[in-house]
Parts: sequence; C-alpha cells; structure tokens
Amino acid sequence: MNLDFSQIVPYIPFMLEGIWVTLKFVFFAIILGAILGTILALFKIGSIKPLRWFADAYTSIFRGTPLILQLMIIYYSIPQLTGYDISPFLSAILAFGLNSSAYISEIIRAGIQAVDKGQMEAAQALGIPYRAMMKDIILPQALKNILPALMNEFITLTKESAIVSTIGYLDLMRRAQVVGSDLFRNFEPLLFVGLIYWCLVMGLTVLGRLFERRLKLSD
Amino acid sequence: MIKVEKLYKKFGSNEVLKDISTEIKKGEVVSIIGPSGSGKSTFLRCLNLLETPTSGSVIVNGQDLSGPKKDIQKIRQQIGMVFQHFHLFPHLTVLENLTYAPMKVKGEKKALAEEKARTLLKRVGLSDKEKAYPSSLSGGQKQRVAIARALAMEPELMLFDEPTSALDPEMVKEVLEVMKDLAKSGMTMAVVTHEMGFAREVADRVIFLDHGVLVEDGQPIEFFNSPKTERARDFLEKVL
Repeated sequence: MNLDFSQIVPYIPFMLEGIWVTLKFVFFAIILGAILGTILALFKIGSIKPLRWFADAYTSIFRGTPLILQLMIIYYSIPQLTGYDISPFLSAILAFGLNSSAYISEIIRAGIQAVDKGQMEAAQALGIPYRAMMKDIILPQALKNILPALMNEFITLTKESAIVSTIGYLDLMRRAQVVGSDLFRNFEPLLFVGLIYWCLVMGLTVLGRLFERRLKLSD
Repeated sequence: MIKVEKLYKKFGSNEVLKDISTEIKKGEVVSIIGPSGSGKSTFLRCLNLLETPTSGSVIVNGQDLSGPKKDIQKIRQQIGMVFQHFHLFPHLTVLENLTYAPMKVKGEKKALAEEKARTLLKRVGLSDKEKAYPSSLSGGQKQRVAIARALAMEPELMLFDEPTSALDPEMVKEVLEVMKDLAKSGMTMAVVTHEMGFAREVADRVIFLDHGVLVEDGQPIEFFNSPKTERARDFLEKVL
C-alpha cells in the first residue's frame, strides 16, 4: 500500500479554508431555498390558479433536471445572454437555492396539509386574517412535523455542494482535487475532505436534533 | 341578532340543508338537536360561514354574510365558536391561546389582553393553568379553555358544535356548568348538542332538524313533553 498522509500536511490549512468557502454558499443557498420554498408552498395550497400552476411548473422543472446542468446553465449562459460575468459564488447560490426551493416547497406543502384542518377553522372562527393565521398558527405547527425532512434536505444540499467544484469554485472538493494534482496522490486529500464533509453533516444532524427537541416542548 | 332565510346547503348532489329559516334573538339560548347526519353541525357552521351556503342568506346584526370578504372577518369576530374537538393551538400556552386573537385581530395591548384572559380563566376555573400547553390538559379543561378563548374576543354570539361529545363522561359536567353560567350571564348562544338535559334546562328554544329539514322550532317544555311531529317523537323515544 502506497499511503503517506504526512505529504498532505502542508496543504491542510489550504483545505481547511475550503470549509468556510463551502459553508458560505451553502448557508446562503439554504436561506434562499427556504424562503422561496415557503413562498412556492403557499402558492401551491393557495386558491389563485396561475400561482399554483407556476409553482407546479417550477417544481417540475427543477426536480426534473440534473442539478449539475442547472449549475452549468446559470454559470455559463448568464454571461452569454446578458453579458453579466456571474461569479462562481453567485452561480452556486442561485443554482442550489433555486433547486432546493423546489424540494423544500414540496416538504412544506405536505407539512401544511398535515396540520389538522380544525386549526384553520378555529383561526377563521376567531376572525384571524389569512396571513397571520399562516405565519403564527399553521406554519409553526407544520415546521415541527417537517423538521426531519427539512434537515434531510439541508444535509443533501451540504453534501451535493461538492459539484460546484465543476465550475471552478474553490470549495472543499475542488481543493482536494487541487492538492491531489499537486502531489500526484489523490487518496489522502480526498479522504481528508471526506472526513470534513462527514463532520459538517454530523454537526447539522446534532443541530437539527436540538432544534427538534426545543419544538417538542409543547407536547 | 342572527337571521337565517331559506338556507340551502349541498355537498355535491347531497342536499344537507333544505329551506331553513329561523332567527336567534339577542340573549336567547337555542339548542339545535336531531339525529346524526341531520345537518345540525352544517347548519351551525353556516352561521359563521365555515360552510358557504349554496343559497339563502345568513344575516348577522343586519349584515348579510354573503357580502365581500372583509366584512366576513369583522362579523366572525363577533361570533365565537367552540368545536367538538377543541382545536386549541397546541404550540401556544393556555394564556397565549386566549390573548393571540385579541392582540392580533383587535390590536389589544398585551397587558390588557392578558388581564382579560386571566379574568376569563378564573371564570372557567383554570387560573392555575395559564402557563400550561394544551397537550397537558384533560378534555374538559381543553374545552373550558376553548370557551374562554372564544370569549376573549368578546363576541355577541357563541356557537357550540357538540362541545361535550368528545369528552369522557366525567368531564361533561364541568363544561356544561361553564355553559350554563354563560347562558345565565345573558350570552346569545346556539348549541348543537346531544345533551338533552342541557337543552331542556338551559335552552330558551329548541330547534329539531331531521334530514336537513327544520322539523320543529319551539319551547323546550313543549318540545320534550308534547312533540308535534312523529319524527321528533321517534327521536326523543330513542334518546331519552
């Protein structure tokens, strides 16, 4: 076996920096995905038909095509179409945020529909306006039900973020490749960032559990 | 207070309410009784438009409920509703359940809303539960909180949709006591119930529905002692 981890030691700071680079765009992508996903979910359960069609079509397109394709289209075609030289960072946020919102909207829609219909009736009977009812009564209860599914989506997003390496964004994955080609040894750097990805996901999992426990207080 | 004229309700081809006309006057307590599937609950739910009537009109304080949407929210604020399955907001404490709507809908200040909520909790005998979450309450306690929540909006009319049907037998009384108390205080009430005792003792009027038709509408004493129709006699024989 030809293994020598000592060789990657000088590159460790370079690779660790990738954590921050990855987290930075994952964070914004999750925020974008959550906000857009909530709006799309409200479109889907709402009574305005064009909005419902829009949300359904949106979901169908973003779930129906590969994420890597969406990323490439955003990164390579926006400069071609508009002349705006979009950065890998912004492309990554857009591609992952838009893609994730399609999945999140489905999760939230299911969560809202799983809230007892009586909750809505009770709110209506009290004269509570639709917006306030959704924000304060229905969504908090839906959130509790869908937290595991939502956490799952965030974990997937964090892991799949590795494909931004294909547009030259210097994330964890890309850095492992850079180190690999520098050293002519790939296994060690790849294993190293693999470990980091695993730690990130474990961190997210623990965070999710803590959050879930807090929401369960009312049970 | 509330006037119902030629009310029809269809679910698909199923006609649930047929040509119902009646009136509830201010301060009156009306019991709505009848066999299951007779349309009692649907009738009650038409009064605050949780169900939209297929035709006919519901007029509250001179305002037709089939008007534009804004008005409906305003009118609903004047009509409290208590459900069979309570429908308390599970993620809010008892006190928050009571203060949420007054603060959000009527713009009451928190201190005022809480003060009123505490008074109401005292009235339904649950002062010690204000910080509890609904899941820790018994069915009877939940329903008393639900009544207090509706009262917190200071409604002019209270609708009760089988308020004791989902309760264990030993908890029925505590809820009925609260309702009797409320009736005594002069609240206008429409109560769909299977509690014939309540209908007989507390109600000023009894409405008997069968197969979506208003069959009898009269004083409880007359209705229970000498029902005019065969259908009401049949029903009473089965339940009493």
